[in-house]
Amino acid sequence: MERNGNNSVGAKQMPTAKPGANIIGLTKSDYKGLESTLCNGCGHDSISSQIITTCYELGLKPERIVKFSGIGCSSKSPAYFLSRSFGFNALHGRMPSVAQGALMANHTLLGLGVSGDGDTGSIGLGQFMHLIRRNLRMVYIIENNGVYGLTKGQFSATADIGQELKYAGRNEFPPIDLCRAAIVADCGFVARSFAGDPKQVIALLKAAFSHRGTAVIDIISPCVTFNNRDDSTKSYTWGRAHDERVNDFGFVMSQEEIIVDYAEGETKEVELFDGSKIVLKKLDSSHDPTDKQAALRLLTKAHDEQLFITGLLYINGDRPNLAETYGLVKPLASYQQDKLRPSRESLQKIMAGMF
Amino acid sequence: MIRDYIPQAELTTSSASQIDREAKPAIASKEPIVNDFSMTIATKNGSGSQTSNAVLLRALFKMGIPVSGKNIFPSNIQGRPTWYTIRLSKDGYTARRETSEIVIVLNPETALDDHQNTAPGGVFMYADDIALPVHRSDLHYYPIPVKELARVHEADPKLRTYVANMVYVGAIAQLLGIDLNEIEAALKFHFKGKPKPVESNMRVVRAAAAWAAEHLVKTDPYHVVRMDKTSGLIMIDGNTAAALGAIYGGVSFAAWYPITPATSLADALNEYLPKLRIDPETGAPTYAVVQAEDELAALGMVLGAGWAGARAMTSTSGPGISLMAEFTGLGYFAEIPAVIWDVQRIGPATGLPTRVSQGDIIAAYWLGHGDTKHPVLLPGSVYECFEFGWRAFDLAERLQTPIFVLSDLDLGMNQWMSRPFDYPEEPMDRGKVLTAEQVNATKGFARYKDVDGDGIGWRTLPGTDSPFAAYFTRGSGHNERAMLSERPEDWENNMDRLARKFETARKLMPRPVIELTEGAEVGIIGFGSTDPAIQEARALLAARGIPTSYLRLRALPMNEDVTMFLAGHQRIYVVEMNSDAQMCQLVRLHSPKDATKVRPANHSDGLPLTADWVYQEILYQETRH
Repeated sequence: MERNGNNSVGAKQMPTAKPGANIIGLTKSDYKGLESTLCNGCGHDSISSQIITTCYELGLKPERIVKFSGIGCSSKSPAYFLSRSFGFNALHGRMPSVAQGALMANHTLLGLGVSGDGDTGSIGLGQFMHLIRRNLRMVYIIENNGVYGLTKGQFSATADIGQELKYAGRNEFPPIDLCRAAIVADCGFVARSFAGDPKQVIALLKAAFSHRGTAVIDIISPCVTFNNRDDSTKSYTWGRAHDERVNDFGFVMSQEEIIVDYAEGETKEVELFDGSKIVLKKLDSSHDPTDKQAALRLLTKAHDEQLFITGLLYINGDRPNLAETYGLVKPLASYQQDKLRPSRESLQKIMAGMF
Repeated sequence: MIRDYIPQAELTTSSASQIDREAKPAIASKEPIVNDFSMTIATKNGSGSQTSNAVLLRALFKMGIPVSGKNIFPSNIQGRPTWYTIRLSKDGYTARRETSEIVIVLNPETALDDHQNTAPGGVFMYADDIALPVHRSDLHYYPIPVKELARVHEADPKLRTYVANMVYVGAIAQLLGIDLNEIEAALKFHFKGKPKPVESNMRVVRAAAAWAAEHLVKTDPYHVVRMDKTSGLIMIDGNTAAALGAIYGGVSFAAWYPITPATSLADALNEYLPKLRIDPETGAPTYAVVQAEDELAALGMVLGAGWAGARAMTSTSGPGISLMAEFTGLGYFAEIPAVIWDVQRIGPATGLPTRVSQGDIIAAYWLGHGDTKHPVLLPGSVYECFEFGWRAFDLAERLQTPIFVLSDLDLGMNQWMSRPFDYPEEPMDRGKVLTAEQVNATKGFARYKDVDGDGIGWRTLPGTDSPFAAYFTRGSGHNERAMLSERPEDWENNMDRLARKFETARKLMPRPVIELTEGAEVGIIGFGSTDPAIQEARALLAARGIPTSYLRLRALPMNEDVTMFLAGHQRIYVVEMNSDAQMCQLVRLHSPKDATKVRPANHSDGLPLTADWVYQEILYQETRH
């Protein structure tokens, strides 16, 4: 069955659907949020648009998505997409724990987290690593600009060594590569992209929503106000000039027939948690994204050379997610008194044992 | 008045004077002292004495004698000194006492101090390889060949250190008249019926008892005689009671981080949940317990789960609530149900992790920056640990806010007698939650609108299948529709509503337990684990001609019952275990017009309060006034 939301077959199956309706009968405007209050030209707004497009094209029901964020420019952005989805703007660096609680209480919901480089790489590094370690099923986007915007331009932990900023002076410390950190914590889906590359961001987001556990996408998102100097690796100019892709790929939903335009060159197919597939076309035949050591080598080399490599860096869907580890079947939040309060007799029995 | 821990104590003048202890050396009088003394056992941490002590306590309890056990232990895994005190009280008193009449010493390191601290006329039983340079003329001495008996009766050298503790169990049982069958029953309980350890321990107990019968000549007046004052009662620690309460309250999510003395609460959740909370339809658990990476994450997870509709809780102690301050403030402002158990230890800072206090009152009540305040439950017995264990969830979901439950190390980790816990008769209160149909019918759902005038808005849960159900939860300023707002009037309206909600909380929290005494000028206000010491002190004060009324707080914020109690008495003593008289300060704030009548009676040295201390302190202040 065809499931492309834009095609006529889908529309015919839903006679009442509005023009431009997707597979579940929603139009793109049903996925929109409030008007952004970020600076004009902010990479984050571009990512918000790609989130809207992704969810619309996948036909995800907004009511089944839960948005999470921490504190910072990036963390404000969940207000600017998916107004029909619940959202939890948590504390600085603490989005992972809130998401874990909420998605353990209802593991049938799709988690979408938006964080920043300060939120994840500095104050929230511990929770980030532990979220990955537990493998909560959620999409975790880092909108990475290497700078603290809301507090007017301090360096973050992902800023380039030797970089100079008007407010902060010179950064003497090497950046933390959050993709490398994620792989080290056994993340099963690690990708990097660039806010100015909508096609790649959408492809990665679609695959991430089908991943079994935590899917981390580090998206370089230039800060137009505080960190868009041409020599910064988080600027548009640098990004466009230095973006080295490791792969190009197509996402195939589980219900779709696999017809892809990746016939030429070397391809690799990876099946995702929900049965959907990604078909990778290798641009650089040296990288196999199912090879953890290769991913780490690639990232280490790029780190040393101040390159940024985009694409799907590492994928492994073998590890059970948190809800699977806990054997959850129905959402914990759905249980009512009949299942939550053990019987009167059971208490009497316990009391009799406490002689 | 509710006396949860024991049947109403029948205090007579004679027993009051005995507790008063007018220094009459028992060695002079040969009058037997029956079921009314304390016994302290000094050993090394990690040597296996916990088993022996628990077995002695249970055996006495099974003989129908009211008992209480207090473990004074070090923050250490193995080797540091530890003391366990068992109090036998025919009158049913369970508070700690200042000294013990019977002291059993296996640890040479503390022998001299323990020797000095034994009550006049008391018994000093000790391992015979401990050298005592002097003997006191007012003590009865019983040296025991602990190592020799352990060696002869336990073939396995690795187990000898452990079974050595059973030597003193057998010897003291013989000396006092503790029924060996009850020792065996207690061992069976302890080892959950496993025959091998019961057998090997019992072999040593019997051998030591036989040795004592043959070699010791009893010169002391202390005796244990079977009574019938514990029938129908249970014996349990407060942390297990709290966990059971939470389970019958429907806890569906718990996140925690290891910390003494709260760890055993989470342990008990992990022990009982798999037995009690499997969905028969699916075979899946109706709960999840997560050991978090720290206390910040623990409360973060709890708030996430509570927000999404689970009954969520955490358990911690002082340093943990310091770390939880940030999330508690968020929970208050974003209005998310959560239950936070604080099993208090003594602080500030690391303090003494294995010693008790009631020092987190003010910290918990106002935890978080900005204007925050939280309802606090104050269980005063293991019975209330159970009751508040389930009730806390009803309150949290009704009030949509974090609820603190302040227990402490003494209540949480020591064994207490109690009447069996009552099954919760009230149906669960899941609070104000709108279904998809209700949201659709509601024109313009507004999460933080005070629809009912009680300050509590209606909430929706993530996943609610309505395009109008979602809202954006945030810790930043918001209006009734949960939209970010920096408008001054929105901020003020929201804070006014939160204040209204706190007034609703004041009405919903459990009322204090009040015992008024006709004509009493003195009132005592207490809370938590000091209740037994206060009850006993009141009897002592009454015997000295100072009748008292008593108000036991069971929650914050305080209500009009406290106002009336203050108005009705001339002098009010607030008894508490902390150095800053924290509850005293809150009582004065609650009723400023009566503040000058309110006096602190606070003491904090890491050990549970004794009736003697409460009695002496109030007596001193009364005679001075």
